[in-house]
Amino acid sequence: MTTRRQLLTAIGMVGGSAALYQAMTTMGHASETQYKGSPDLSGARTGASVLVLGAGLAGMVAAYELNKAGYQVRILEYQNRAGGRNWSLYGGDTYTELGGATQKVGFAQGHYLNPGPWRIPYHHRTLLHYCKTFGVALEPFIQFNHNAMVHNADAFGGKPVRYREAAADFEGNVAELLGKAIDQKALDADLTAEDKDKLKEALRGWGMLDKDMKYKSNLESSEHRGYDRPPGGGVNGAPIPSALLPFRDVVASQVWKNMAFFMNHEMQTTMFQPVGGMGMIGKAFQRQVNQMITFNAKVTNINQNKAGVTVTYADTASGAVTEAKADFCVCAIPLGVLNQIPNNLASAKKSAISAVPYSNSVKIGLQMARRFWETDDYIYGGHSFTSQDISLISYPNYHLFEDGPGVLLGAFASGAGAYRLAGMTPEQRIEAALAQGSVFHPGTYRKEFQTGASVAWSRVPWTMGCCARWNEETRKTHYQELVKVDDRVVLAGEHASYVGCWMEGALLSSLDAITRLHKRALEA
Amino acid sequence: MSAKRIALLILALTANPVLAQVPSGGDTPGASTNKTPPPVTGEQVYQQVCQACHMADAKGGKGAAMIPALAKNPKLAEPGYPIGMIVQGRGAMPPLTDLLKPAQIAAVATYVRTHFGNSYKKPVTEADVKMMMGQ
Repeated sequence: MTTRRQLLTAIGMVGGSAALYQAMTTMGHASETQYKGSPDLSGARTGASVLVLGAGLAGMVAAYELNKAGYQVRILEYQNRAGGRNWSLYGGDTYTELGGATQKVGFAQGHYLNPGPWRIPYHHRTLLHYCKTFGVALEPFIQFNHNAMVHNADAFGGKPVRYREAAADFEGNVAELLGKAIDQKALDADLTAEDKDKLKEALRGWGMLDKDMKYKSNLESSEHRGYDRPPGGGVNGAPIPSALLPFRDVVASQVWKNMAFFMNHEMQTTMFQPVGGMGMIGKAFQRQVNQMITFNAKVTNINQNKAGVTVTYADTASGAVTEAKADFCVCAIPLGVLNQIPNNLASAKKSAISAVPYSNSVKIGLQMARRFWETDDYIYGGHSFTSQDISLISYPNYHLFEDGPGVLLGAFASGAGAYRLAGMTPEQRIEAALAQGSVFHPGTYRKEFQTGASVAWSRVPWTMGCCARWNEETRKTHYQELVKVDDRVVLAGEHASYVGCWMEGALLSSLDAITRLHKRALEA
Repeated sequence: MSAKRIALLILALTANPVLAQVPSGGDTPGASTNKTPPPVTGEQVYQQVCQACHMADAKGGKGAAMIPALAKNPKLAEPGYPIGMIVQGRGAMPPLTDLLKPAQIAAVATYVRTHFGNSYKKPVTEADVKMMMGQ
């Protein structure tokens, strides 16, 4: 029997590599990722040294790969913790934000809040590769839950509805309207008679229309939106269809935004999370490079010349100032912070560093005494979306069905909502999250609440923002300057990638940066 | 604000045109459906936007880097300074023109210039803001 690989090789031999690529693409390969496997860093000179600034994922993967290739590597990290934005907060942890507000996290053992990254797309191959290599156990992240809810202040009298109902009714009504347009000959210029028949068949099947091309309350539509009485056994086994939502409200609810959200390549299932919290990834990277890290080191100057790179840093506790020297430097400090560190990088590089603003985001974890969303509302993981500042609440994907507590994500805010929540004290944020989240679970949300924690990224002392926000213009003017090797220094991080605000971007950026830095080192 | 200062700021704005932010992907909660009424007064804008970074007391913060204090800040004497910052951003601070309208920007610029130990009485107008936005 011919394996697929043999078949591809044969195609390659016959038709050349272009044909091979085309065949692979047709079969669904070769387009998911830019990850090409471990970087080729062979031939490093004995004794060549690299200083890595920042022990986030970009910095640590650089240190790991460069060290493996034979470089002498040292990492300077501002915090007393490795991992950077890869981070989980557990019971017993203390977190102090800019401005001084300190939270003592009170979550039960085994529960956590992921303030930063919290889900991993299946096609983030670089991250998945290192998770496997470093022994990080992954479990499914429940991304898409038809039984979670959608709330919009302008629809359904401000009451939430199930995603399943709103989405089915949106599609059903759109299918019916498009069918009408066909019958009223509105599409005759675009479609042949045969096309029209085929499309009408598709609309019937996709939109759950009846034989007259109508979307109605019946057993067909209920197959998508759910039943008033679901199918059962015995005497009353026959299902009873559910009533449709008013289409005007379905449109006003903007459920299409949620539907479109799940269509994004990076939001498509399958998604994963580490068992025990996203911070497990940072901890696993740290185990590989721990002996190289100097913690509590605040970089105060970066200077390079013909002889090498000198980085000045202050111990955050004692204030003692030290110089570290190396032949080369991988700088994985977020741009908003790097922008304020004196350096003698090229002026185009400095312009690029200062040209990229950072996004804001707020996450709030709420521990509930019991998992009422599961027991009372049959919601197991996934997200309920709202038009309030919290944006959504997300139900935990671990410890399902347990009697004990659960920590749900009570807010994942961005934009205006995130600024509003970030400006509050931690106590006010919890109060806002409880008030807003109660729209989905009135009666239980406040009653079962035990303890909470919040992270406003604009007030995180070591990033002062969430992620780099490029636009078309800044990409064009500054991106290549930002990623270019500047003599002995190269930047790495999600900000130096087109996979911004994802761990994958940090890793891909770093692997590319060290590959180019290595080439530069060999030329020296 | 002086004519020369205005000219310089307009020049700076033209050199770095403020474009609508193109969504740059990343892990987000999805397209916003937010229906919360926007802030109107200078105090409301300050509390609902600026305070996220500059703090309730406008004293900013210091960590790996620094968020400047707006309290007792002599740079605020020049009205073009707060307007320029809000319209253009600087470093990690994004331009806020996709979030705030000129009237809101004028209101909050006036507010910070007359609070937190600053007393620059002349109000910043919507027209000032629009001029600096090239409108």
